[in-house]
Amino acid sequence: MNKTVALEMKQVSKYFGSLAANRKVDLTVYRGEILAILGENGCGKTTLMNMIAGIYFPDEGQILVDGQEVVIRSPKDAFRHKIGMIHQHFKLVDLFSAAENIVLGINDGERYNLKEVNARVQEIAERYGFHIDPKKKIHEMSVSEKQTVEIIKVLYRGADILILDEPTAVLTPQETEKLFAILKRMRDDGKSILIITHKLHEVLSLSNRVAVLRKGEHIATVETASTNPAELTEMMVGQKVSLNINRPEPENTQDRLLVSDLSLVNADGIKVLDDICFTARSGEILGIAGIAGSGQRELLETIAGLQHPAGGRILYHNPKTDKEEDLRDKTPMQIRELGVRLSFVPEDRLGMGLVANMDIVDNMMLRSYKRGHSLFVDRKKPKDLADRIIRELQISTPGTATPVRRLSGGNVQKVLVGREIAAAPTVLMAAYPVRGLDVNSSYTIYNLLTAQKQQGVAVIFVGEDLDVLVELCDRIMVIANGRVSGIVDGRTATKEEIGVLMTQTRAEIESQKEKEGSDRAEA
Amino acid sequence: MQKHEKHTRDPRFHIVKRAGMSRGKALLIRFLAILAALLLCSVLSTLLIGANPLKFISTLFSGSLGSSRRIWKFAKDSAVLLCISLAVTPAFRMRFWNLGGEGQVLVGALASIACAYYLRDSIPNPLLLLIMLVAAVLAGAFWGLFPAICKAKWGTNESLFTLMMNYVATYLVAFALMEWTKADGSSTLGEVAFGHLPRLYNEYLLLILVVLALTVLVYIYLNYTKQGYEISVVGESEKTARYIGINVGRVITRTVLVSGAICGLAGFLIVAALDHSITTATVGGLGFTAIMVSWLAKFNPLIMVGTSALIIFLQQGGAEMSTIFNVSSAFPNIVVGIILFFIIGCEFFIHYQIKSRVSHKKGGVGK
Repeated sequence: MNKTVALEMKQVSKYFGSLAANRKVDLTVYRGEILAILGENGCGKTTLMNMIAGIYFPDEGQILVDGQEVVIRSPKDAFRHKIGMIHQHFKLVDLFSAAENIVLGINDGERYNLKEVNARVQEIAERYGFHIDPKKKIHEMSVSEKQTVEIIKVLYRGADILILDEPTAVLTPQETEKLFAILKRMRDDGKSILIITHKLHEVLSLSNRVAVLRKGEHIATVETASTNPAELTEMMVGQKVSLNINRPEPENTQDRLLVSDLSLVNADGIKVLDDICFTARSGEILGIAGIAGSGQRELLETIAGLQHPAGGRILYHNPKTDKEEDLRDKTPMQIRELGVRLSFVPEDRLGMGLVANMDIVDNMMLRSYKRGHSLFVDRKKPKDLADRIIRELQISTPGTATPVRRLSGGNVQKVLVGREIAAAPTVLMAAYPVRGLDVNSSYTIYNLLTAQKQQGVAVIFVGEDLDVLVELCDRIMVIANGRVSGIVDGRTATKEEIGVLMTQTRAEIESQKEKEGSDRAEA
Repeated sequence: MQKHEKHTRDPRFHIVKRAGMSRGKALLIRFLAILAALLLCSVLSTLLIGANPLKFISTLFSGSLGSSRRIWKFAKDSAVLLCISLAVTPAFRMRFWNLGGEGQVLVGALASIACAYYLRDSIPNPLLLLIMLVAAVLAGAFWGLFPAICKAKWGTNESLFTLMMNYVATYLVAFALMEWTKADGSSTLGEVAFGHLPRLYNEYLLLILVVLALTVLVYIYLNYTKQGYEISVVGESEKTARYIGINVGRVITRTVLVSGAICGLAGFLIVAALDHSITTATVGGLGFTAIMVSWLAKFNPLIMVGTSALIIFLQQGGAEMSTIFNVSSAFPNIVVGIILFFIIGCEFFIHYQIKSRVSHKKGGVGK
């Protein structure tokens, strides 16, 4: 391979307060290669890339492009050096078309001619195999289309070095494959691609080399062909980690939560949940898979009493009284008063599950502060609970008086999950509970969920990593466009099968159901 | 390439967030900030009005602390301001931006004085005082009720709403004054001889003690009661509040009622302990100054004792200055502005530090 150095970082450091986000990182990027930047969340991958893209400015060290030392103080500087970054959160104007978004902010003194822009966008698209309609408005686009716009935006500005921050987090397996094909084509065209990720199988299938970061430091850069998942994990985590999830057979299952024909219309009048039917059983983990924003959040919130459904039923079978309780249109408080022990770990941990500015004790109190008739709050029991959870889940914190926003993502999640489990639930719902967590914390959470299942809790787990879903869950319900497109057995289902279900349109689900109906009638 | 060089020089300094600072060090920074502010003010005073800097600073102090009469006045004014600041604080803790403290205090005062004006000596004084108190508290709470309900039900903007209520309150007072002074046509209400709070050693002492007790009560309410806890949760995150089943609308309404009630109490104290009369300017902007006091203290009632005293100290020092040096009141206002700027501005240095960039070029790493 002809190895020309495109970009070099020498001894680059970035500090936030006393925290070293990056410490003396050396990195070399060649022309015509895909370099994966691998590391756990919070290890400084994004910070490092942001320094190349001009979002942050390094506190120490140098960046060289084509052997020349450069100073990149803004994304404009970065583009001048032909560097472009595709961020995890898209930065697009919803009401503008693709082409308008692509030229937005380019100021080359010339009047812009939308026709020419469209033509150039088409040309770039054809060259690398994108599918894009330059005239389509952003708000009409799917997530994957928006990502395409972001990539073309960068290419349009002439970038030779492209940085992608976790580009597959929002994509289905099929879309991911398409993206990878495009990235490989770009690489063969001589571009340098840096891709931030923490998914090992992506690293292995896509990249030429892997740079591993741990706690802000560069551990090693290795050839992808000569490494394996175990070695990479060990470099990432700093110790050997077992990558197997224990999945015991469900025992004594009993129908616990029966949801039927559940529909929900959001504030804009759009049907976000449409005739959802499923049953969650005790002693079992029910996974929920789907493209982000397919209705997973709304479903859990509706069950938890935070949304008012337009139709349908949510029945809870109480194991103590053997009675069925209707949870529909009840507030969280009323649900609790019915004796329903429903715990909910929401997706938005600091914005919904916890209060970011409050300390651990006050956050423990959220569920229980109302207990008793006293005017005053009792902080004694929550303090004991906080101490216990910190000890049992090995939460690293200076103390119970630390505001939870100061804790790392993994520790925040342990506080939240710990509190919800401490309420001794019979139903435990968790939405993306490992998002943003490092490998060790993720496995702690998986083990906690499995332990709850073994104690007879009905666990509902909304996940995004299909590899995990098929390893952890007993059954997996797939949601597409607010509808259930299938419920599969977690032990036999394949990722591809689930991927197909994830992308089904309403019409397809509709016809599928009809077919099943007629099949049944025939039988 | 040459063309770019100009844009891409290293920034020499950049701002870094501090990891945390010891209390002592933070206090030292605040102290230095005040010192620097006084220094700058002295220089300005020498340049602009030709005053001796030492005399200038001593005037600032003697305005509030020059004599025992002044000290009492200083304490009294601080207490009134503190009382109103305590009143707006529960709502602020909930991120309900109540700008209607002014009006809520004024209607409280109006309700009190109306009771005294109409009931006169028809009932014993203690009973009259009690009625005045209850009327004031109800009136203040009532004034906060509409904005609170509208916010809780329809999410209206509470700032605009409460602000507008101030004007209604002002003209209500103007209307009452017109009614009451029709006979003599003076349009100012003389001292009402009934419903005075008793003197306790000094004419201001009772007021000061009541406000200090209130400070402790509000502190306990906000930090140790279930309702106070709910206020914090709703203020920090409405989504979390809903998630755990707090009835957000009810908490908003209840808290604004508490705020309004304490405003009413402040109105009662102003009437029954100090003014024994009312004008449209009875509150005199304290309802707005209170917002600053509350913010400066980061909504902590105990710290508000200090911040309200600081504001009054600066005001009275400034007033003294304009008398002694015979300058317009504009100059003392500049001084007050400078001092506040330094005090608030020094927070920046408590939370951030400025670092010069460590250069590696000299280390010879380069080419």
